[in-house]
Amino acid sequence: MRSLVLPEFTISRSEECDRCRACEHQCPFGAHTYDVSKDKMISDSYRCAGCQRCAVFCPKGAIEIRPAPSFYRPNASWSRERIEDIKRQAESGGVLLTGCGSDKPFRIYWDHMLLNASQVTNPSIDPLREPMELRTFLGSKPDRLSLRSDTDTATDPFLMVETPVLFSAMSYGAISYNAFQALAIAASRSGTFFNTGEGGMPSEMKSQFKKHAIVQVASGRFGIDAEYLNCAAAVEIKIGQGAKPGIGGHLPGEKVSQHVAATRMIPEGTDAISPAPHHDIYSIEDLEMLISAIKEVTNYEKPVIVKVAAVHNISAIASGIVRAGADILAIDGVRGGTGAAPKVIRDNVGIPIELAISSVDRRLRDEGIRERCSIIAGGGIRCSADVVKAIALGADAVYIGTAALIAMGCTLCQRCHTGRCSWGICTQDPGLMRRLNVDDASRRLVNLLSAWSHEIKEMLGGMGINAIESLRGNRDQLRGIGLHEWELDVLGIKGAGE
Amino acid sequence: MEEVQLEVSYGRTSNESAIEIDASHMDTRELNSLLRDLMLSGYERAVLRNVCGQRYIGTRLYSPQRRVMTIEIHGTPGNDLGAFLFGHRIVVHGNAQDGVGNTMASGEIVVEGRSGDVTGMSMRGGRIFVKGDVGYRSALHMKEHDQKRPVIVVGGTSQDFLGEYMAGGVVILLGLYGAHTASFIGSGMHGGVIYIRGEIGEEQVNSHVLISRPDDADTEILGSQISAFIERFPDLSLDVDCILDSEWTKLSPRSSRPYGKLYASTAPD
Ligand code: SF4
Ligand code: SF4
Repeated sequence: MRSLVLPEFTISRSEECDRCRACEHQCPFGAHTYDVSKDKMISDSYRCAGCQRCAVFCPKGAIEIRPAPSFYRPNASWSRERIEDIKRQAESGGVLLTGCGSDKPFRIYWDHMLLNASQVTNPSIDPLREPMELRTFLGSKPDRLSLRSDTDTATDPFLMVETPVLFSAMSYGAISYNAFQALAIAASRSGTFFNTGEGGMPSEMKSQFKKHAIVQVASGRFGIDAEYLNCAAAVEIKIGQGAKPGIGGHLPGEKVSQHVAATRMIPEGTDAISPAPHHDIYSIEDLEMLISAIKEVTNYEKPVIVKVAAVHNISAIASGIVRAGADILAIDGVRGGTGAAPKVIRDNVGIPIELAISSVDRRLRDEGIRERCSIIAGGGIRCSADVVKAIALGADAVYIGTAALIAMGCTLCQRCHTGRCSWGICTQDPGLMRRLNVDDASRRLVNLLSAWSHEIKEMLGGMGINAIESLRGNRDQLRGIGLHEWELDVLGIKGAGE
Repeated sequence: MEEVQLEVSYGRTSNESAIEIDASHMDTRELNSLLRDLMLSGYERAVLRNVCGQRYIGTRLYSPQRRVMTIEIHGTPGNDLGAFLFGHRIVVHGNAQDGVGNTMASGEIVVEGRSGDVTGMSMRGGRIFVKGDVGYRSALHMKEHDQKRPVIVVGGTSQDFLGEYMAGGVVILLGLYGAHTASFIGSGMHGGVIYIRGEIGEEQVNSHVLISRPDDADTEILGSQISAFIERFPDLSLDVDCILDSEWTKLSPRSSRPYGKLYASTAPD
């Protein structure tokens, strides 16, 4: 059926173009072709994803990709997006899929909170000459310790991160082997962790990266056996994800290559279907059972993380999860990324992570169980200031996914679900995957974490704090700006100037 | 083998590598710790008496050296018996509860009674033999890869939602004690095969499922697995040919991509 949707982008090519055909080669969507008879490059703007790969790689800098100026008659109710979604669904009859976190203008609370700094009455700390502690221990902390000098004090298993930033779950299958490896290498170099997502761990990576891997158990139970669970620093039970709370996931058969199939332990080319719930978890009691089963199979040596999407009753849910025995609670906000999600779910379900952190932290404190579990917050962390604000609101550490992909080259074109990522990140196509150099990508990730860590130290020092521990739940370091009373209440912070 | 000094008074060795344990006053964690210690110190067989609701029996027995042991259970084990099982053999002289063989990778579980809901959920290898019936959502999302092909053989039948999202493996219901009347079989089924003795109507299965009659290759699979079942339950005095000779229904997925058409891209193709 002929598509009646207008092109999203305009491709313009300047006189500089010498028809080297680099753009034709670079574009996985087939937007550029060379017309031999006319000795001319031709562009099909309908095909353009706006990924900017061609623009970056054109040796002459001759290509410019811009949002298309064409429009439907302006209408406050019927935006371009509403009109085009209808047209696409009328053409396909399907649930619209998209990639990346929601791009909707939900209030970004990070941008409505300001940090404090010391002035005169207490000195700020100079991180260039004084030690600043970013090391964080994630896991269940005891109520009290009885110390004896002659023995090691036993604690529950925990994760030690050198900086409070971990890579969130991105499965091999959703992302390429090279991207997966780059995350693993960067995590081990930076003293943090990567997360296998629900796609299992390639067997050749198990021994090398097990100290820095968080392995996931999701509803599809892909690639899971006792060995996989034991080749990890922690095990994460995935209940939900910010981009698609309450629904499962389908890795389409075309992405299930031979190696992906072996890693997931399923036949090549079949859909990898993760049902919406875990069908052995219909209650908090059932969750307790899976947590215990995982602790049993790992001989109580690894902390168990439970990851949920931030939804309306998140604080009550969190309380149940902590009582079910999770050592770490991971919460993913409405802006959390994805390799593929129904657009309608991504853009309409869940709540912002900022509000979720604050209400969960408060609830767990009120119930006197906050120390039983650490909180990792994710879904919309864009910079080091967001990390600091998340921790001041009550998180112990954060997960980054989208930011890590951007560091590797992603331009948020939202075409991950097509499997044709021009940057070699979200694809299983061997030719495209080769575009991502593992060394280069891992170096970029290490650099990002090191830059953020320095910035976090600067901000901490400015507040007169020398350990990230002292920032956790320290809402006094935050002031709201441009927020309503109820928002300040939920965040548990004062307004600026108060 | 050397005598192992165990810190438990109720452990007594009967022969070299076997041990008998009275589990009546042990909680789940205690019992499983003991089993692990026994496995690591070289025991190959443990007989548990008076088991009463202890969960995850067999789960703690992963070792990088891939040691295996046989566990015989007298009494009633609790949920998630043999969850994540890695090569061990468990025999229950009685009934089992929910989650038998949950996500097990290899080994064998024999239940001389009935077993509960989600039996063999996400199982990826090994075999489960249940003399009686199994509960709801059994064989859910069972899957196979390469040489690993899990098998569940059930003497009786199952309750609703058998083989949902099934991605591999073999399920056989012998219907020895009555016809299979439950429904909603195989929603989202995209791999594997279910054989049920007797007639199954369209209304009992999901639209993702194809109903057919077993062919010769199927009969070969059935023959070998049913023989294995008969071996484990000799008291039933069954005859494999006689069972094979009855009417059988084969349920298999119509497609390996049941939801392929459900989604549309926001991108032009
Ligand atoms: S999709 Fe990317 S590479 Fe292709 S034309 Fe558009 S910007 Fe260029
Ligand atoms: S990962 Fe690739 S396909 Fe996905 S948004 Fe980024 S650049 Fe686009």
